[in-house]
Amino acid sequence: MAKARAFTIIALLVMVNGHALAQPINVGLQLEPPNLDPTSGAAAAIDEVVYGNIFEGLVRIDENGDVQPGLSLFWEVSTDGRSYIFHLAEGVTFHDGSSFDAHDVRFSFNRARSAGSTNAKKYIFAPIANIDILDPLTIMITLDQARPDFLFNIGLGDAVIVAEETVATNASRPIGTGPFKFDRWVRGDRIELSRNENYWGSAPRLSGATFKIITDPLSAYTAMKAGDIDTFPNYPAPENLFLFDEDPDYDVVVGLTAGETILATNNKKEPFSDIKVRRAIAHAINRQELIDGAMFGNAQAIGTHFAPNHPDYVDLTDMYPHDADKARALLREAGYADGFEASLKLPPATYARRTGELIANQLGRVGINVSIENLEWAQWIDQVLRNRNYDLTIVSHVEPMDINIYANSNYYFGYDNADFQYIMTEIDHSTDAAMTSELYKQAQRKIAEDAVNGYLYQLGKYGVWKKGVKGMWANYPIRSNDLRDVYIEEQD
Amino acid sequence: MGRFLVKRLLSLSLTMLVATVIIFIMIEVVPGDPAAYMMGLSTSTDATEALRAELGLDKGSLERYVSWIEGMLGGDFGISYTYRVPVSELIAERAMVSVPLTIYALLLSTCIAIPVGVISAAARGKITDTVLMGVAQVGVAVPNFWFAILLVLLFSTSLGLFSAGGFPGWDAGFYQCIKALTLPAISLALPQAAILSRVMRSSVLEVMNEDYIRTARAKGLSKRQALIRHGLRNAMIPVLTILGLQFSFLLAGGIIIESIFSLPGLGRLVFQSIAQRDLIVVKSIVTLLVFAVVTITFIVDLLYAWVDPRLREGESG
Repeated sequence: MAKARAFTIIALLVMVNGHALAQPINVGLQLEPPNLDPTSGAAAAIDEVVYGNIFEGLVRIDENGDVQPGLSLFWEVSTDGRSYIFHLAEGVTFHDGSSFDAHDVRFSFNRARSAGSTNAKKYIFAPIANIDILDPLTIMITLDQARPDFLFNIGLGDAVIVAEETVATNASRPIGTGPFKFDRWVRGDRIELSRNENYWGSAPRLSGATFKIITDPLSAYTAMKAGDIDTFPNYPAPENLFLFDEDPDYDVVVGLTAGETILATNNKKEPFSDIKVRRAIAHAINRQELIDGAMFGNAQAIGTHFAPNHPDYVDLTDMYPHDADKARALLREAGYADGFEASLKLPPATYARRTGELIANQLGRVGINVSIENLEWAQWIDQVLRNRNYDLTIVSHVEPMDINIYANSNYYFGYDNADFQYIMTEIDHSTDAAMTSELYKQAQRKIAEDAVNGYLYQLGKYGVWKKGVKGMWANYPIRSNDLRDVYIEEQD
Repeated sequence: MGRFLVKRLLSLSLTMLVATVIIFIMIEVVPGDPAAYMMGLSTSTDATEALRAELGLDKGSLERYVSWIEGMLGGDFGISYTYRVPVSELIAERAMVSVPLTIYALLLSTCIAIPVGVISAAARGKITDTVLMGVAQVGVAVPNFWFAILLVLLFSTSLGLFSAGGFPGWDAGFYQCIKALTLPAISLALPQAAILSRVMRSSVLEVMNEDYIRTARAKGLSKRQALIRHGLRNAMIPVLTILGLQFSFLLAGGIIIESIFSLPGLGRLVFQSIAQRDLIVVKSIVTLLVFAVVTITFIVDLLYAWVDPRLREGESG
């Protein structure tokens, strides 16, 4: 009896303290990752499961997009910004028990930049000139020139540290150093992780995590309401978010992704090669109507290609305010008094299809007669991205800090501007933080002035979780559901 | 009977051969490159080329067709581009959901449809008949995905009796799996049962007008006895045809129901593989489905011969 009472008191204490005992969490995921190796392929769904949980990099990107220590506890950067000395954590082991040291770092980076590499972000390793192991826990990486974005880039999922012995099977049985280890994958249904009891850092509070794949937006709703899922970090149905908002058993957290949603325009093709036409399009766009109509009010307007929650962001949404008369006047000046015909090729994402309908209508009001063509992703990549056979398209660029794509004149926008390219080279060489920040602002203004694309809105991240689930990311600076600090508070 | 079998088997093999050629050609002309899809929006072209070589996409068409057929005959379907696991393994995992679900749904629909059809036929023109056929009409008209959503809202979100979706896997126990498949099976079975019961009813009515039933009645059997002893077996022929069609349809056609219940079935695998251009998986599943359809038709033909001896004696079969 006394024993029973003691237990009750302990149980009460635990509850009062607000911390549940270690328990697993069920996480909803709309898209199943094709494989679990973040160093091959570009699917965001891979990072949504493994980043920070199974695999870790030298540095870690946190919820705010800031660089935090990872497998490297601290680092030194030379004054010319070219060499980095990383001091690695001691006593780190991979999930298979083998130990981690500087050789694994060198192997991972050399593999990613090798000739046969299938790393989707191979370019982030291109500046590396030399990798020297100073001792098993110290590694020096020398770059061919200063790169202010290098540290952030090696925090991405594409640059996580893998072990040579297990690299071949990471796609189906990932072995990393993270706080959770892979248990099993029932393809098409779920991926199960459990706590890594030998984790080198502070132990996670959850005993495990199951990522459940729920493709259908309505099923996402029913699975949450039926209690099958504790948290849906990127809830796929903004149209029924309000149902959770009204329900006291759930928390809704609307944040931002790194996804700039744009009306991408073929700058190399007539009549879009004329800046007046592109500016007319910019004036024809009514962002608020798009956000309300397509995203049910849950998105943030942007005026350039930059994440609004980044400290260097410049709000340029007023540069070309919605003004249909101005748009028609610009078209007349450009010699299209009677408007023209254009095609709008839409990928299958819901945001693109919904926004596309509205854009077609908005452009129609100023005389641009848009015909919508719905494509699959594979067709879209083939026709739009690779062969640039398009007029207009709508897509969200989810890569973090990707304004540099405008410097690539072969990219599908076909924007070839020496001034912009110069700004980007300056950023690449810059070693001064204030200078870099100023350059990023210039770059944002430049593409906004040139109205390279129609800048619509930053794609929101709609987090829905049961009351009591704490520590989930509000934003997606990168696609990660890092669960190391997540816990479930007991509810009465 | 022997000649009948040989003839059937020959046409089965020929159909399969033609099907593989058509499937292969169709997949060849589909636009979209699997490697480019996997590399996404921002990538370097040399990484994509490396991936193409790794996937064996840089070889000639004929070479790939021959090695594909050779592999399949030996049970090797190749490696999935996106999942990087053997295709056969992938299909086997999915079949462990789709096949039981299909059988479950067909059992349900047969158990409902046959009694309903017979009862309506027996009570032709009476109120029972009108009500049952009215319900069946509604069953045909109601879209199964909508019905499925209603089931989930009632049994999962409101009553909490079933989970809203997912499949625990057979190692979690038979009961758990059957439970997970129950709502999807009901959703799939309803429209099929409605169709089947209407077919059953008209088939029974037709049979009841046949001469042999009149003869049976003349020798003193009651209407019910005549139906059970002589009528039912003959009335089953059209029902078997429909059942065969339904089995093949449900095997991969349950994709919408699979999506609603988040079930890892074959239908969703095909759909996802097409979208991701995992063409090796698409080819293999489509081939297997053709094989399943052809085999089921073959079995149905055998069943015809069993229920109606005239078919195996005459050359008409």
